[in-house]
Amino acid sequence: MVEPVELHGLPFPMTAPSRIRNFSIIAHIDHGKSTLADRLLERTGAISERDMRAQVLDEMDLERERGITIKANAVRLDYVASDGETYQLNLIDTPGHVDFSYEVSRSLEACEGALLLVDASQGVEAQTLANAYLAIEGGLEIIPVVNKIDLPAAEPDRVAAELAGILGGSADEVLRVSAKTGEGIDELLEAIVDRLPAPEGDQAAPLRALVFDSFYDTYRGVVSHVRIFDGAIGQGDGLRFMATGLDTSADEIGIRRPRTEPVETLGTGEVGYLVTGVKEIDLIRVGDTVTHRDRPAAEALPGYREPKPMVFSGLFPTDGDDFERLRDALEKLRLNDSALIYQPETSRALGFGFRVGFLGLLHMEIVRERLEREYDLDLVATAPSVAYRVNLTDGETFMIRSPQDMPEPGKIASIEEPYVKAMIIAPATYIGTIMELAQSRRGEMGEMTYLSPERVELHYELPLSEIVFDFFDQLKSRTRGYASLDYEPADYRPSDLVRVDILLNGVPVDAFSSIVHRSEAYRYGKAMVERLRELIPRQLFDVPVQAAIGSRIIARETIKAKRKDVIAKCYGGDVTRKRKLLERQKEGKKRMKMVGQVEVPQEAFISALKLDQ
Amino acid sequence: MTPPVVRPDDPLLADEAARWASAYVHVPFCARRCPYCDFAVVVDGEPGADAGTDAYVEAVVAEIAMERPWGPLHAIAFGGGTPSRLSAVALGRIVGALRRRFGVVDGVEVAIEVNPEDWTDRFAAELLDAGFDRVSFGVQSFDAHTLAWLGRVHDPHQAEAAVVSARHAGFRSVGIDLIYGTPGEDLDRWVTTVRRALALDLDHLSAYALTVERGTALSRSILAGAPAPDPDQQADAYEAIGELAVAAGLVRYEVSNWARPGHHSRYNLATWGGAEFVAFGAGAHDHRDGVRARNVRRLDVYLDRVASGVRPRAGSERLDRAAADVERLVLGLRRVAGVRRDDLVERLVVDPAGRRLVAAGVLRVGPDRLVVERPLVTDEVSRAVLALVDRDPSVSGDDC
Ligand SMILES: Nc1nc2c(ncn2[C@@H]2O[C@H](COP(=O)(O)OP(=O)(O)OP(=O)(O)O)[C@@H](O)[C@H]2O)c(=O)[nH]1
Ligand SMILES: C[S@@+](CC[C@H](N)C(=O)[O-])C[C@H]1O[C@@H](n2cnc3c(N)ncnc32)[C@H](O)[C@@H]1O
Ligand SMILES: [Mg+2]
Repeated sequence: MVEPVELHGLPFPMTAPSRIRNFSIIAHIDHGKSTLADRLLERTGAISERDMRAQVLDEMDLERERGITIKANAVRLDYVASDGETYQLNLIDTPGHVDFSYEVSRSLEACEGALLLVDASQGVEAQTLANAYLAIEGGLEIIPVVNKIDLPAAEPDRVAAELAGILGGSADEVLRVSAKTGEGIDELLEAIVDRLPAPEGDQAAPLRALVFDSFYDTYRGVVSHVRIFDGAIGQGDGLRFMATGLDTSADEIGIRRPRTEPVETLGTGEVGYLVTGVKEIDLIRVGDTVTHRDRPAAEALPGYREPKPMVFSGLFPTDGDDFERLRDALEKLRLNDSALIYQPETSRALGFGFRVGFLGLLHMEIVRERLEREYDLDLVATAPSVAYRVNLTDGETFMIRSPQDMPEPGKIASIEEPYVKAMIIAPATYIGTIMELAQSRRGEMGEMTYLSPERVELHYELPLSEIVFDFFDQLKSRTRGYASLDYEPADYRPSDLVRVDILLNGVPVDAFSSIVHRSEAYRYGKAMVERLRELIPRQLFDVPVQAAIGSRIIARETIKAKRKDVIAKCYGGDVTRKRKLLERQKEGKKRMKMVGQVEVPQEAFISALKLDQ
Repeated sequence: MTPPVVRPDDPLLADEAARWASAYVHVPFCARRCPYCDFAVVVDGEPGADAGTDAYVEAVVAEIAMERPWGPLHAIAFGGGTPSRLSAVALGRIVGALRRRFGVVDGVEVAIEVNPEDWTDRFAAELLDAGFDRVSFGVQSFDAHTLAWLGRVHDPHQAEAAVVSARHAGFRSVGIDLIYGTPGEDLDRWVTTVRRALALDLDHLSAYALTVERGTALSRSILAGAPAPDPDQQADAYEAIGELAVAAGLVRYEVSNWARPGHHSRYNLATWGGAEFVAFGAGAHDHRDGVRARNVRRLDVYLDRVASGVRPRAGSERLDRAAADVERLVLGLRRVAGVRRDDLVERLVVDPAGRRLVAAGVLRVGPDRLVVERPLVTDEVSRAVLALVDRDPSVSGDDC
């Protein structure tokens, strides 16, 4: 049983911070975080055998379909340790993919410790390092864990040594578990209690709770996940969100086990959810600090650094009438995905939509799918682009996130493109292959270190656009999946970039403009005009499809005029049927857009864009 | 007696035809089903076929008696199926029933579609006796390969002989139907067919692009990977026949129809003008009192219904104003004569879609008529008309 402590002189059934442990499970993608969470839930009795399913914390359909974690997910466990005491464990399962590292860093802010997992058959990989550094920077206590020791290809000793090497400890401190068989889980639970620090906060101080996640519930409004740093929240308390100044009250507070369970109070060090009934989405922000209205904290918690979108793309509803619904959906999704940023954008070809910033291509794909599924939208995305810096001849400098914003070539003094610092970890046998690939993508090599005699860590500086588009796929395929990659923004560097426009009957189709390196311009232009020639139906006249840099045409195709489009035989008897046939054809035409006197079915634009991805 | 020499594309004729009353009789029997055909037909062994043609003729005569009086008729047309599967006596009985029920104008047109293999000099004489003055042969091609591809029974010589025989017998108008754009038929072979046709000194010529109708054997084989008709090849074929027909003194008056002056098909001109007509037989469609109705297609069902004294209807549609507007333009613009400029036409030509069609040389706005100048893309015009009528808030659609 949980032993009550005093708050404001009143007895509440809260857990003493000394018996709370808050930790995230972090690792490279697929190293078994969610499966390990399953075992912890199971071993502590949080979930019955009947309700158990693999990666139970991957609750979203998309997560289950793809077998990856997209959203960090927090859950509370009660663990009776060998010392006979019951501990409250607040666990956050995090995603491993590089695009979701913002989820990891937010989760870490709510914790004192982290389980750093490594797959015993794979060893340390790029996000193992990246996430380890995030935890170290955050001052978290790390428990290194080698997972999947049941695998025949497991090399727990080698991997434990690698881990110890990067954390600067001894291999003996590395735990060995199998999230599949449950081996080593008891020891891990004991280590969590023994080795991770208890939360420190001041129970008597004014309330400070960090909003580390939130989502929108149609009935209850915004639901926030909070970590209490100081003080406590009681049900019904008058609250204030310090950054937005929102005054509200705690309609309901509770915890997830993972089933939601309302509680009377959430005390210092605890993690739980908060429902205020607020429906104004923009008044509740991830990273904000919640305090009491009548006894506000003097200072807010540090909050979160703004996420830095790496890739931008236009998102448009295929049905123009859905623009408002898309706006609403983005607002709501942003609550649950604070890395999402967007602003309205207009396209002649695609109508009204938004330019959306993403952390990477997977993030882009996921956002789009979530919008389509959770908000029942049908969307089309324009080719992703990175943000370029343009220096004008008149000395002005600005950023462009969409090819449309690019000034005329004559006004441009220079364009700079974003570079990233990339880290690649791979078996040493692939060094040559990787160097070749990186070089072909304009990469500049930095340091190379051996993690072990067989594994190297290579450092490169590369244009972000190369990484975003196909570097990673190439890297994976050329190293048969053995290489992993992590990257972070570096600086901007001058580059020979041009905007390629695609013209239909002489009129540019904005959705297809793209900023590319000059050496790629012809390839892009040619591919695009060929594709459009195939996809756009023949018109009543010949239609040129051209690719151009400024006024210079670099590729051209012609859509030949259509010659025959007539019902051959129409007689008294089948007038109704023929009228209905024409009617159906006409319905198809409704979705046509006029571009330069050319009728283009929305689907042609959409397919052309889809092929691009 | 020489018919009045009026050009088939004469606008006055087109407008006048819109007022003609006519009757259509559908004869569903066929020796076999052509792979491209989706008309209401029965071939031997199918339900109702065993009842025989006599029972069918009786049923049609009985159905004629069920129609409200009307007329007099300007045209009577027999189509199919294969009307020439009926005896001339049987056909004559139906013509007689129509004359009695509705009356006919002086010089009424009585036309029949005939398959070449059914033709004999004797049949010709009997048809003339029965009052027929117009025959159209389902020739389709003079190319043996194409005929085989189309699954036809006759050969090119049979077709030529039938046409010559009809000529000699003294029918007022003799014409043929051709099909172009069969996959694999190159332009040379098509031109040869056209030349052989024109050498017959025809009064009338219909040439239809091979159309893949849903549910036909042709459609199934194409879905399974056989080559489909190529629209560019069809366009070449159309242009070729257009030039050759005109050089031979024929005048085009509808997308797919040419006639020597004085030899237009009255029945067809009436239907393209939106005129009303009565129709009898299994699968027949009529148009009376603002309603388009259709008979059941199944022969056995048709016979049963008529035998029990009820009209064998399968469905009907009352044309609301929007549908009537659409039909007036969609059908009317298939004619070379085009349509008279009315409010709807004025709206069409200022509509962006209409303006584009004018700019592309598809539509020409004349002083008092709107005409289609590029008949091969007429459906573009039809869809623009539909879209225009759709957007018109003053009309509302109601379907029954
Ligand atoms: N053999 C074996 N397989 C394991 C073990 N742990 C996890 N797996 C498998 O590894 C795969 C990935 O497991 P997840 O738990 O989804 O990995 P994750 O780290 O949560 O992945 P992300 O959330 O996408 O980063 C699944 O197929 C698991 O069944 C283990 O201990 N042994
Ligand atoms: C309904 S058919 C019946 C006439 C006659 N039984 C025959 O087979 O010739 C009338 C005409 O329509 C045309 N026709 C029928 N189906 C067609 C198709 N799928 N494509 C083009 N023309 C077609 C043919 O030219 C045919 O002569
Ligand atoms: Mg996971």
